[in-house]
Amino acid sequence: MNEQIRSILKEHARLAVDIATLADDGDLYQAGMTSHASVNVMLALEGAFDVEFPDRMLRRGVFESVTAIRTALEELTAGR
Amino acid sequence: METQKPSHVDVVARIAREIVGPAADSVDRDARFPIEAIDALKKARMLSAFVPVSQGGLGAGMIELAAMCEALGQHCSAAAMVFAMHQIQVACLVRHGGKSPAIASYLAELVEKQPLIASVTSEVGVGGEMRNSICGIERSGGRFKLAKDASTISYGEHADDYLITCRSTPDAPASDQVLVLTRKKDMTLTRTGVWDTLGMRGTCSPPFKLTATGTDDQVLADPFADIASHTMVPFSHILWASAWLGIATSAVARARAFVRQQARAKPGQMPPTALRLAEVSSMLQTMRTNVHDVASECEALMTDSETGTSSLSSIAFALKMNNLKVSSSQMVVQIVNHALLICGIMGYKNDSKFAVGRHLRDAHSAALMVGNDRIFATNASMLLVLKDD
Repeated sequence: MNEQIRSILKEHARLAVDIATLADDGDLYQAGMTSHASVNVMLALEGAFDVEFPDRMLRRGVFESVTAIRTALEELTAGR
Repeated sequence: METQKPSHVDVVARIAREIVGPAADSVDRDARFPIEAIDALKKARMLSAFVPVSQGGLGAGMIELAAMCEALGQHCSAAAMVFAMHQIQVACLVRHGGKSPAIASYLAELVEKQPLIASVTSEVGVGGEMRNSICGIERSGGRFKLAKDASTISYGEHADDYLITCRSTPDAPASDQVLVLTRKKDMTLTRTGVWDTLGMRGTCSPPFKLTATGTDDQVLADPFADIASHTMVPFSHILWASAWLGIATSAVARARAFVRQQARAKPGQMPPTALRLAEVSSMLQTMRTNVHDVASECEALMTDSETGTSSLSSIAFALKMNNLKVSSSQMVVQIVNHALLICGIMGYKNDSKFAVGRHLRDAHSAALMVGNDRIFATNASMLLVLKDD
């Protein structure tokens, strides 16, 4: 799952650094992801994983790292 | 509103009536800083109104600050906007100062000496995007230095201290920002332009080049991203909207007085302007309800430490704040324009007691302070993921 998340981040997060250099718990915002870019990341994740982030999850912290995104996706896909 | 403590708001309302209002025309005409307004507010200790009582302030909340801005806005838009912008800076310090001894001692100084704090978020080259900086803070040996080319600093020459956005390091991405408290004595400020505008002339907001030094603990601990979404944006949009509500209220008050005068001249005959007054009265009520409702909701979230902070960083809340900004900035122009149509030539003449020309010029600033089109673009993006569930 992490690799899929990373490939979406590579395409849409518009980071100032190569995502490959960032650890799973590395701060994506500190790496240059803007709020605007984060919306595109959310849309791409929803499409790729066939999920919808409920409004309670549409917060900065939920998308701050690969690990945080994975936790959110696992919660949404649990029981599938 | 029933929930506000009347006393502090009453003090500001009296200052607005007796000191701020009589100076408003000269502040506007000469594009001069509303010095008597700020002096009176300092004397009444209102510049530390948002500081908690436990730290020597008045413990005012969002609803109370909003009512103060509205009261000032009824008499002088520039004074209201300066007061609003100062309170936004105080809110950032109070809510995000963390454990920094420098910020704590500054808040004590704020209570004692009532310094006026200006915001330095704008920068030449970022295209008006507050969440991007070009300049970065350089730290070494417990001290920092920074230099910024600011496209506008409201009351830049009249402020005592400043809160400046910059990158967290010179090499950090543009959106990785911190907020730094800087003291005038540790700064150089060079004005690089003039402030000669259509309205809001008394805010005196020309461009400056600045340099600043200080100690590391003057850098607020929270990332600016959190400070912006939890505090700076909600305080800005609610307090600005409150100042605009004051402008709208004042213009409608003049229109009402005009219609009453017409009615008295011919009792029994409905003045032709009365219907338009009825119309603008409902518009004003809509604007007021909107501003007060969002202020109440925001105050409730800010005082609820359990779920409040997470709600403040949600997309749904950001959308609501942005909607308040765009709708109230549009309504203030419509309402003042209606008042002008009602008062006719007596509203158009600057020497008339029904004059609303200053109101109209000031109102037009609202759509430009963080451009509405930029906000609509942000909202459009957020609505792509928001479900309203």
